[in-house]
Order: sequence, then C-alpha cells, then structure tokens
Amino acid sequence: MGEVSALAVIIFIVIVGLVLFVSFYTARRSRSASGYYAAGGRIHWGVNGIAFAGDYLSAASFLGICGLIAVAGYDGFLYSIGYLAGWVVALFVVAEPMRRLGRYTFTDALDAKFNKRKVKLFAAMATLIVSIFYLIPQMVGAGVLIEPLLGFPYWVGVVLVGVIVITIVATAGMTSTTYVQFIKGSLLIVFALVIVIALLVRGLSTAPDQGGKVPFYEYKTITATQTNGAITPTDPTYTVAGTHDVKVKDKVTTFVNLQHEGIATWWKATIAADAVALHETQQVVVKDDGAKYVNGAPASDDNQLRQVGNMSRIEGETDTNTGALSPFKYLAVIGSPDSTIGLWKKAAWTDGGESTSVYYESPVPGDRVTRPGLNFKVEGSWVDRVDFVSLMIALFLGTAALPHILIRYYTVPSQRAARKSTVVAIAAIGFFYVLTLFLGLGAMTNGTINVLDNNMSAPLLAKSFGTFLFAMISAIAFATVLGTVSGLIIAASGAVAHDLMDRFGGLIKTERQKVVAGRISAFVVGGIAILLGLAFQGINVSFLVGLAFAVAASANLPCIIMMLFWKRTTSWGMVASIIVGIVVSVGLIAFSPTAWELYGLNPADAPIPLKNPGIISIPLSFLAIYLVSKMTKPDMMEEHRATAPRAPATEPISGAALTE
Amino acid sequence: MLHEPAAVHGIDEAAAYKRRLGLKMLAVYSVLYVIFIIINVVWPKAMGTMVVAGLNLAIIYGFALIVIALLLALVYNWLCTRHEKTFETEGKA
Repeated sequence: MGEVSALAVIIFIVIVGLVLFVSFYTARRSRSASGYYAAGGRIHWGVNGIAFAGDYLSAASFLGICGLIAVAGYDGFLYSIGYLAGWVVALFVVAEPMRRLGRYTFTDALDAKFNKRKVKLFAAMATLIVSIFYLIPQMVGAGVLIEPLLGFPYWVGVVLVGVIVITIVATAGMTSTTYVQFIKGSLLIVFALVIVIALLVRGLSTAPDQGGKVPFYEYKTITATQTNGAITPTDPTYTVAGTHDVKVKDKVTTFVNLQHEGIATWWKATIAADAVALHETQQVVVKDDGAKYVNGAPASDDNQLRQVGNMSRIEGETDTNTGALSPFKYLAVIGSPDSTIGLWKKAAWTDGGESTSVYYESPVPGDRVTRPGLNFKVEGSWVDRVDFVSLMIALFLGTAALPHILIRYYTVPSQRAARKSTVVAIAAIGFFYVLTLFLGLGAMTNGTINVLDNNMSAPLLAKSFGTFLFAMISAIAFATVLGTVSGLIIAASGAVAHDLMDRFGGLIKTERQKVVAGRISAFVVGGIAILLGLAFQGINVSFLVGLAFAVAASANLPCIIMMLFWKRTTSWGMVASIIVGIVVSVGLIAFSPTAWELYGLNPADAPIPLKNPGIISIPLSFLAIYLVSKMTKPDMMEEHRATAPRAPATEPISGAALTE
Repeated sequence: MLHEPAAVHGIDEAAAYKRRLGLKMLAVYSVLYVIFIIINVVWPKAMGTMVVAGLNLAIIYGFALIVIALLLALVYNWLCTRHEKTFETEGKA
C-alpha cells in the first residue's frame, strides 16, 4: 500500500481541481444570503435529488458500510437498509413541511410556528452538535483514504480536507456544495456499478489473486502433539518458544510462538483430544524499544501485513473458480451452507514492554455470513438485542433530522420540487446501497481487506481491478468526504450566523454581514472538524455515523414531528425536547462500552451496557415535549394553529409557487 | 435584523390530503420495517432460511425493503401530483 501511482495522483488532482473550479465558478451566485445558504432556491429537483444522494452517500456509506460488510457480512448491510428506510420518513413526513416552513436553516422550520428566541437558540445548538458528531466520521474517512492514494500520512488527509472544504464553503456556499454533490454522487454510483460488474465477471475463486496482480497466499497449518500440556510440532524444524492464552468471554484461544529458520511467529492452536493443529497467522509485535516487527521480520515498505479474505470452499469445492456469475447467483454461492469463508479476528496482549497483535483466520460457513449476527449479537443477551433495535430505530428516524440534509430542501423552488427530489434521492441511494452488499462481499472474498482498517475495503477491491479504478474510486471517495463535510459546515455555519448571530442575537444588520459571518463560521467549524478527525483515528466510520443519527433522531425529530402533528406543542416543550434529546443521547454515548474503549478502559465495565442510545433517548425526548407542552401555555402562532392537522385543507406555503 | 417568521406563506390546498397520504404510507412501511427488526431479534436464525434461488430471507427481505421504499415513493409522488393538479385545474376554471 505504500506505493503511489502517478495515475492516482493525476486523477485525484483532476477531481479536486474540478471541485474547486465549480466552487469558484458558482461564487458569483452566493453574494446574497439566499444564494450563500440556499443556492437561491433555484436548483432543479433532479440535480437536487442526486445532490441529496451525494450528501447522504458519505464516507460512512461508502467506506464504512463496505468495510463492515467485508468483515461482518450481512450486519453491515443492515446499515444500508436502515439508512435507506430513513428516507421514507423524510419523504412522507418532513420534505414538504420543511420546504414550506424554512428559509435557510433547520431552525427556521422549527421556529416558524413560534418565532421565539429560545427555540432559535436551542435548535441552533442542536444543529451544531449533530453536525459536529457527523463531521467526525467524514474526517476520519479522509485520513484513511489519503495514505494509500497519495502516500501521505493520516493527518495530512484530515488537514487537506479541512482546508479544501473551507475554501469551497467560504467561496460559494450552498450553490457550489450542491453541484459538487451532484457530480460526486453521479460518479460514485456509476463507478460503484462498474466495480460490481467487474466483480461479477471475475466470479469467485478459492485462490483469489486479484486478477493475477497479487499471488494468493496460502496460510500453513502444521500438526503437533500435546503431552502434559506441552505442545510439540511434528515437524522438527519448528520449535516452541512460548505460548499465550487469550480469554474472550468464556472462550480461551491458545497462541503458540514458533521458531523456524531463525524467525519467531505466533500460530493459533486448535486443540481437540490428542490432536493439535497450529494455524499460521499474521502479527505485529512492538518491542519495548519501539522496534516494530511484522510477521517476525522488521516492518518496512516491503514487509507489511498482507491483505486478507477468501473462500476456502465454494459450494463444497476446495479448488475451484466459478467464472462469471449473475448477481443473484453470486450472492447464492457466497451464502451457500456448503461454502466456507475465512473471516479474520484479532487478539492482542502486552507482555512486559512488548505488545503483540495477532490476526488469525476463522472459517465461517457461507450461510452464516449472509444473515445477521456476526457483528450485532442478535442471538446474544437481551442487552445485545435491545442494542440492535436501538440502532435500527436511530437509523430509521435519524435521516429526517440531519441538518445538512434538511437544508437541501431550501435549495429547490417549491414543495413539489422538494418531494420529487426526495424520490430521486431514494432511487439513487437505494440503488447504491444494493451495490454495497456486492462491494462488501466482494472485498471479503477477493483478498482485499486490510486487517488494520476495514474502512479501506472498497477502494482496495477497486485496486484489484487496476490502478485506474482504484484511483477513480479513491478520488471519488475523497470528493465524497469533501462534499459531505461542505454540507455539514454550511449547516453549522448557518446555525451560527443565521440562527444565533442574526435571528437570536440580532447582531447582523445586512445581508452582506450575514454572508461574511457564515464564511467566518465556516473557518471555525472547519478547524474544529480537523481537530476531531485527528482525535478519532481508527474508529469504524459507519459506527460513528450511527451515533450521529441517534443524536439527530433524539434532539431534532421529536420536535419536527410534534410541531407538525400536535397543535398543543409549545415553545418550552420544544426546548425541553431538544435539551433532553441531546443530554440523554450524548450522555448515554459518553458512558457506553464504546466510549470506555476510547478512554482505554475495559468496555465490560461501562456503566451503560448499550452502545446505541436511541431506544432510550428518542422516547424520552418525545415524552419531554409532551409533558412540558402540557404544563406550559400554548404559544403557537394563531395562523399556524388554525391550519394544524385535521384542519381544513389550507396550509401556508413559502412565497414560491407550488409548481416548479 | 430578522425577528420575523422565517418564511413567507401562501396556500397549499392539497396539504391535508398529502399529509394523510404520507402518514398512511409511512405506517405501511413502518410495519414492514418493524417486522424485519422483530424477526432479526426474536427468530434470528429464520433470516437464514433459504427462500428462492439460493437466497435467504435476510437478503430477500433487505432488498424488498429498499425496493418497496422506492415503489411507495413513486406512488406517493404520483398521487400527490395528481391531487395538486386537480386544485390547479379548479383554480384556473
């Protein structure tokens, strides 16, 4: 992965250059506040629909989901299903009211029926917090991509994205972001389809060699005997230098350190009655002096961990190649109970000053990979199951509450255009998510998983088809990050400049000041995004996005739903709901097993057993808005109360015509 | 500067119809989604049941949720547009 292709660099520069060209070209349209924050409300619904897809198919969708499918099979695809399902809520409940009630920001819509400063303040805070939560995985994705693409370290990718995005946003605001997302969304879907077609033409092999580019590496298994607990390999050229037992829950896995031709490596032992089998693994050992060894030899550009992932049995055959397969046959062959797939696990320990990480193969039947359970413990304890339900609820309800998605409803001229653009988004996003299953399973079976970082599975799969596809996919993925981060920074800068400085604080006197304030805010939020990207290196980006969805669904969605469908909702109820949603969801995350792991503590000791807070925080947020609204005086403006649900069929709309 | 309501309002006479229709369609999709989650957590092994052409329930149901979302979206848009045009025609008459 250390080598850098000139073609990759050229394609990267071309795509980033195209993005910047679009920004400067559209800059003249962003001199007014409407132009800067909402692209003047003049974007065609078709363009906006694909731009929605561009916004939504972020680093998490592309890198995180494919990576998770590559290492955990169907469980990664559950994210695809949940993310897409969220668009149903957006279309049926949120799209047209958002377009009707808002002008530049999500806060506009929430506050439209109240016109209260406290609603502006707390809704803007919610926008900022959700945007920042969502920014983290995007920046992590940028850092992950830059190393194999350009050979730069992780931090360079993060800083580069921050600088480019600040340039895009500060230059041309929502207009450039929209066209960047349109271009990027289109390219992403087209090239994902190209890779899937190439994958189907290649078919499946028990010895995948990446089209002849990387020889298939067959991991050895040697036999051994066990006497009084001592393991002795039957091949005398191997000698045992030590053993280590790793206990995960109730299961103990034994690793044996073998010396062979002067090199010491760790092997995984399978012990059954008298027979012992020792399986070759991969490992990284860091000595107490900091020296790093990979698979027994000093780490170098030529000695890195091998990419992994293959099928050792295809429908009962151990040495076969299927040739080209149809899409359904491809899934059926991988999911056959007579197929076996090698998934990779990690064991790690520290002994004195020496730390060891061992990556070992764990064969799994095909039908286990194509159903849930490898990542989400749906067959585990009730806590595990509740955690899974919590995630699926957050994904379903989170989409319609993401500020950077909601502001895209203001870029089209009418409610009908908002609705149509959502339908286009569902078609584009749904199609892409179907492709993610093939991309992920393709990476799993083509030896293109980096055991250190599964986020790179899709680009590495593309690389197995040639440098051009790799360069295109990586550059598009990088542009994906640029586009999504741009949208998030627009949403966040709108919250600061429009919601807080102007509508809450009354500090802004002219349209020009509002645009300048938005651009300055973009610099600040961009800087924060860079710092967060550096802090969260190595976390699966799809998981991080799941958390952002939970916070959005908890803080924003109850307010949107209740404001639209319960005329007794009060401004104090809205404020209470936002506070409860944010505090409970962020609080639960802060005390979750995931956070404990980040803090360097034992996840099992975390006070909150749930990793996903939505199942608690969303109902509590609804309860808060209901109870506080009941306890406070109605303050929804009269014209809105008169047109609340079940009222006569008249509803206020924005000044723009209903038709586009 | 702008302590007035954020948007300028007009009248959308099809709003109530679209709201009712949206809620009904959301209810239909939500039921399908909830059943999917319930099967996953209550009978997880059932998701491995082969349904057709070597594909199991998990894959068939997952794809179905994506396809049905698109179909419902198209139907919703068609019905809403038709209803809006009815009002536009009446307005012109």
